[in-house]
Amino acid sequence: MSTATPTFSGGAPTPGAVASAAWSRVRTWRPGLVLAGLVLLFFVVAAAVPSLLASGSPTDIDLRGALRAPSLEHLLGTDQNGRDLYTRVVYGARESLLIGLGATALSTSIAVVLGVSAGLAGGIADAIINRFLEVLFSFPVLLLALLFVTVFGASATTQIVAVGIGTAPGYARLIRGQVIAVRDSGYVEAAGALGHSYARIVRRHVLPNAMRPLVVVVTLGVGQAIVWASGLAFLGLGVAPPSPEWGALLDAGKNYVQKAWWLEVMPGLAIVAFALSVTTLGRALQARLEGGTER
Amino acid sequence: MSTAVLDDRPAPPDAQLLRARLRRPARVAVRILSALGVLWAAATFTFFVQSVLPGDRATLIINQDTGQTIERSAAELAPINERFGFDDSLVTQYGHYLTGLVQGDLGTSYRLKQPVTTIISEQIGPTLLLTFSALALAWIISIALTVATARRGRIASSVASGFEVVTAALPHYWLGVILLVVFAIDLQWFPVEGGTGFVGLVLPALTLAIPLAGFLGQVTREQFERTLDEPFVTSARARGMSDLGVRVKHALRHAVLPAITLSGWALGALFSGAVVVELVFARAGLGQVLVDAASARDIPLVSGVVMLVALVYVIANLIVDALYVVVDPRLGKAA
Repeated sequence: MSTATPTFSGGAPTPGAVASAAWSRVRTWRPGLVLAGLVLLFFVVAAAVPSLLASGSPTDIDLRGALRAPSLEHLLGTDQNGRDLYTRVVYGARESLLIGLGATALSTSIAVVLGVSAGLAGGIADAIINRFLEVLFSFPVLLLALLFVTVFGASATTQIVAVGIGTAPGYARLIRGQVIAVRDSGYVEAAGALGHSYARIVRRHVLPNAMRPLVVVVTLGVGQAIVWASGLAFLGLGVAPPSPEWGALLDAGKNYVQKAWWLEVMPGLAIVAFALSVTTLGRALQARLEGGTER
Repeated sequence: MSTAVLDDRPAPPDAQLLRARLRRPARVAVRILSALGVLWAAATFTFFVQSVLPGDRATLIINQDTGQTIERSAAELAPINERFGFDDSLVTQYGHYLTGLVQGDLGTSYRLKQPVTTIISEQIGPTLLLTFSALALAWIISIALTVATARRGRIASSVASGFEVVTAALPHYWLGVILLVVFAIDLQWFPVEGGTGFVGLVLPALTLAIPLAGFLGQVTREQFERTLDEPFVTSARARGMSDLGVRVKHALRHAVLPAITLSGWALGALFSGAVVVELVFARAGLGQVLVDAASARDIPLVSGVVMLVALVYVIANLIVDALYVVVDPRLGKAA
């Protein structure tokens, strides 16, 4: 079970003990987990069928009802054109989630290619790729993203590419470490001693085991990606304002902070709630997969 | 490995073990060479990104200046091409770029038509002040929180680590807006538009420091609790050392090691966070300049800042390596 946790060099605990420890840990997280699951479910439904959660239209203008504070009638208040913010947040979920998923898909693809080839090749190729990753690492994600926006112009696609490339080096290093740990493990050595071919060992042993943490990475990554992408949009370098995409809502609300705090706080709350819920679920998943070594 | 998934934070360098086996002067030389290597590669990378810009750069510059999007005649383009050297071969341009960098020349801004170094040096002061105040503040918060709450009963410790998990996930723009609304607009304890004084620095620095404190706190706490189980802690307690003494003199010294490593990395992240925070608080600094440059597609200015941050990152990590030996003398003797 605990195949790839090189940092924990203590004696190997018995599988049964590990499983029960993991389970008790998951159980203590339960209320948080349930809440996180509900939040995630809400946003997934909002992205799939927004009309289920909000009856109005995100573009209905009511100038007499402009800049109303949150109330029972308008749960999250209204914007400068009297549009209902709750409805807009619900309708914005689809594009925000797609940007997050797209960026994560891109970054994990890059990471898998770089990480696996570095980990398997070893030697000079590994050193070069590792060096390259270190260089990319010296750029903060946001700055790297800014550079890409500068070169390609602001749009949703640029946002996905910028965030995807910006977050890839971290994941690539993780996967490389994982591949190396599995490559040097006892069971791979055993498979080699049994005379299995290199291709078979890679396919049957190294890849499946090295890819296991990827589930967690992707889960945590989507939340992170949405936070980064909305940061770009907040700077006015993402999806442009008339769209109800969460980052665009932040950008639009920027000029009204003093008069209408909810225009900035509420879309941000949606982003944070989403990011925290996927992080909570991702960590619980991680605790299970790694056999209770979480924290 | 378990927490490494959370963020794209750096793994502890593999090279460190190797370096520990070399003698000290050799070790320092290798370290500096590799730092230069990182800078060279960073420069090459930014140059490459610049050169893949779609469309003609001279046309882009004229159109940005005039606010039009039309085709330009060769006569119009020629002076621009001449001035920025766009007609030279890619290799020549690369050579110019590198020799410029060595001499501290980051090129000329497309939009402002001034040397990038001049623009940056005029604006960077407040940004650096903000970045370093935030780093100091983050350390103070995370250490105070760890020393006060680690292993101090279930409730204190879980409240504190809950705080760390939540704050580490907060985006700067959101936290900044909340602090702004609560403390500047509602309570009016601080000015809404920052200004340059100390009072104007408090909220922006807090905004940057709180998420980093949560992040550093998680790492420090883990190490801190592990250290409290070590035999030398038991022996110190047996000698009659006070609880606070054990925590500060023994456990903390071990616990800050990972946090020091992460600080070198965090400096770059803080710097780019400062850009966002400056916009939230309408603070003077590099932030507004950088964002304007990005939307006007002023590549030399943006990549100049990127190179500068790469330089800061490299220097910070050299300092971190030196600090490591100070805090953990065992590393210095490893030769």
